[in-house]
Amino acid sequence: MSKRIGMEIALAAAEAVALCKPDVVAAYPITPNTHIPEHLSDIVAEGRIDADFICVESEHSALSACCGASGAGARAFTATSSQGLLYMAEIVPIVSAMRLPIVMAIGNRALSGPINIWNDHSDIMSQRDTGWISMFAADGQETIDMMIQAFKIAEHRDVMLPVNINLDGFQLTHVVEPMMMPDQKEVDKFLPAYKPFAALHPDNIVSMGALAMPDIFNEAMQAKDHALINSKKVILEVWKEWEEQFGRKYEPIGAYRMDGAEVALLTLGSMGDTAEVAVDELREQGVKAGLLKLKLWRPFPTEELLKAVKGLKSLAVIDRAVSFGGVNGPVAAEIKAALYDQKERPLITNHIIGLGGRDVVVADFVKMVQQAISAQKKKPKEAYEIYGVRGS
Amino acid sequence: MNTVENFELYAPRLVDKQEYFNVGHRACSGCGEALAIRLMCKALGEDTVIVNATGCMEVISVMYPTTAWNLPWIHVAFPNAASVGAGVEAALKVLRRKGKIADRRIKVVAIGGDGGTFDIGFQALSGAMERGHDLLYVCFDNEAYMNTGIQRSGATPFGASTTTNPAGAASQGKNEWKKNIAEIIASHNVPYIATACHSYPLDFMNKVKKAREVEGPSYIHCLSVCPTGWRVQTEECIKAGRLAVETGVFPLYEIENGKYTMSSPTPEKLRPVEDYLKIQGRFRHLTPDSVQKIQKRVTLEYNKLLDKVENLHSWSELEG
Repeated sequence: MSKRIGMEIALAAAEAVALCKPDVVAAYPITPNTHIPEHLSDIVAEGRIDADFICVESEHSALSACCGASGAGARAFTATSSQGLLYMAEIVPIVSAMRLPIVMAIGNRALSGPINIWNDHSDIMSQRDTGWISMFAADGQETIDMMIQAFKIAEHRDVMLPVNINLDGFQLTHVVEPMMMPDQKEVDKFLPAYKPFAALHPDNIVSMGALAMPDIFNEAMQAKDHALINSKKVILEVWKEWEEQFGRKYEPIGAYRMDGAEVALLTLGSMGDTAEVAVDELREQGVKAGLLKLKLWRPFPTEELLKAVKGLKSLAVIDRAVSFGGVNGPVAAEIKAALYDQKERPLITNHIIGLGGRDVVVADFVKMVQQAISAQKKKPKEAYEIYGVRGS
Repeated sequence: MNTVENFELYAPRLVDKQEYFNVGHRACSGCGEALAIRLMCKALGEDTVIVNATGCMEVISVMYPTTAWNLPWIHVAFPNAASVGAGVEAALKVLRRKGKIADRRIKVVAIGGDGGTFDIGFQALSGAMERGHDLLYVCFDNEAYMNTGIQRSGATPFGASTTTNPAGAASQGKNEWKKNIAEIIASHNVPYIATACHSYPLDFMNKVKKAREVEGPSYIHCLSVCPTGWRVQTEECIKAGRLAVETGVFPLYEIENGKYTMSSPTPEKLRPVEDYLKIQGRFRHLTPDSVQKIQKRVTLEYNKLLDKVENLHSWSELEG
C-alpha cells in the first residue's frame, strides 16, 4: 500500500525511480538535480536495487552510456540540469531517433551566462525539438507519479521513445513536501518488466544507428514525428490506468477554477501552485479568473488546448525562458500557433517570469491577470514582457 | 623482416574463416582500416558487441538499409564510443547477473579513429579506462580526419600536409609532434595495452585475442594506412604499414601490467625514416633538414621505448 511520506522531492524522485528497478543509471553531478542520482547511488550501495551506477566523467557520457545500456536491453535512467543538458545535447535527438526508451529527470535551471544555478526553463526549451516526450511536474506528488508513468510510456511498444520529466530546480528539487509513495507491489503491478524490441546481443544480431542518406532521411524524420504524435494515445491510456490504480488524475492540461472563466493564466511546472492562490484571490474580488496548468509539453496537446481556452477573453501565458529576438516566449509562441486557425480565440498576453530563480509571488500573478484583462481594451505595444525588470 | 612469409601455408589454419565484417561495404580500395577491422573481428569471434564511433568505418559499413556487420553493432555519435561501450558493458553485466540474458561472457569492443580517440573522444575514453569497465578499445589511427577530408588531428605526424595544415611557402605542414596516446592510456593503469598494424595481421590478431581475455579495460592502437589521405598508391598500403614499423616510426609493443615488451615483427636494425616518408605524398614537400629532424625525434622516441622495455617491471614484481 502507498505510504504517506514527507521527503525532499529529489530524494522522492530517486525512490520512485528505484521502484521501477532500473538496470543502469549513469549520471554526472550538476546542481540542482544532483540529489536524485546521489540518492539513487545510495539505494544501489545499500543493495535495495540490483543496478549498475556508472559515475561517468561528463553528462555527454551519461546519456551516451544510457544509449549503450538501453541498446543492450537495459532499463536506463539519467538526470541532469542546465549546462549538463546542453552538454548532452549532441546525443539528445539521437536517443529518440534510435527509439531508446531512456527516462531522464531534469531539475530545471537557467542556462549560463551569466552563470546562475537557479530555476527557469531555458534548459529544456533549448531541447524542445529533439523528439522526446516532455512533461512538467507541478509538485512532489506529480514528480513521483510521472517518474513511474514515464517508464511505462517510454517502453510501450507503440511508443519506444525517451521521456524527460521536468521538475523546477530548488522550487521542487530541494523542497520537502508530503507525498503518497507507492509500494513495490503496486509499482510492479503497474509497470511490466521491460521487453526490448531489439537488443545488442550475439544471439540476435542487429545494427543500430545506421547512416541515412537523403533518399531516406525525410521518411526517418516523419517516422519520428509520427511516433511522438501517436504517443499521446498511450500517454492518455497510461494516465487512465494510473488514475484507476492510484486515484490521482492526470491530464495534458490541468484546469483550476475554469468554470465560467473569462481570463486565465497558463503555467508550466511549480508556478502553478502560486498561481492557484492568485486565482482564488481574484475570484473573491469577483474576477472570473481561472488557471490552466500545462503538464504535457511534447507531444503538444493542441486538441486539449482548444477545448480548454473556449470562452476565454484573454489568456496570460507564463513563460520561464526567453526566445531571444523571437516573437514570443516558447510557450506563448506555441499557443499562438495552435490557436491561429481558430475563429474565436482569446487575446494572448505573454509574461516571461522567474528567470534564474527570480521570485514570483501571488501579487505578481494577480497583476498579470489584470494586465491580460486591460489588454482587451488596449493591446500592449510589445508581444511579450520580461516581467519585473528593475528600472524599466 | 617478414613474419608472415609463410602466410599461405599457415593462414587457413590460424584465421577464422567466418566473416564478421562482410564484403560489400564502401571503403576506398586499399583501405588499411577496413582490413584491420575484418581481422579484428575474426580474432574476437561471435560473442562480441561492437560500438563504433562516427567516422569512415561507420559511414562505409551501415548505409541504411544495408549493413556489413555480422556482429551486434551500435553507433551513436563521434566522441562517445567509449561511454556507449561502458553502457553496453554495464547493461550486459547487470542483465546477466539478473538472469535476463544467457549466462555467458560477451566482450564489448569500442572502436574509433584517431580523431574519435586522440581528440574529440579522449575524455570519454579516459573516463571509461579509469572506471575499469570490461571494455576493449581499439583505435584505428590513420593520422588525420580522413572521413571529412584529411584534416589535421592530434595524431597527425610532424611534417605531414593536411587540408587544415597544408604545406606551403610559409608552412611545412604540421608543426607539432604526434600525441603518444598509448603512453597516456598506460598512465591509467590499464592492464593490457598494445600497438599493432594491419600489415602484421597475425601479430595484430594475437593482440586482439589477448585483450579479449582481459577482464577489465584494454587498449589496442592499430596504425591503419589510408592511401587516400597519405597519398600512397593503393597497392602500397601494406608496404607503408611495414615501413612504419621497420623505420621505428611506429614500433610494435605490448604493455602488460606495466611491463613493456617489443613485439616479434620488430626489426633488429631500423631503416632510415626517409624510406617511410618518401613513398607518401603527404611528406613530399619536406626538406632534407626536416627529414633529419624527424629522424632525430624517431630515434629518441624509439630509445625511450627501449629504455622502458629494459627497465620497467611488471606490477606483480613491484608489490611490497
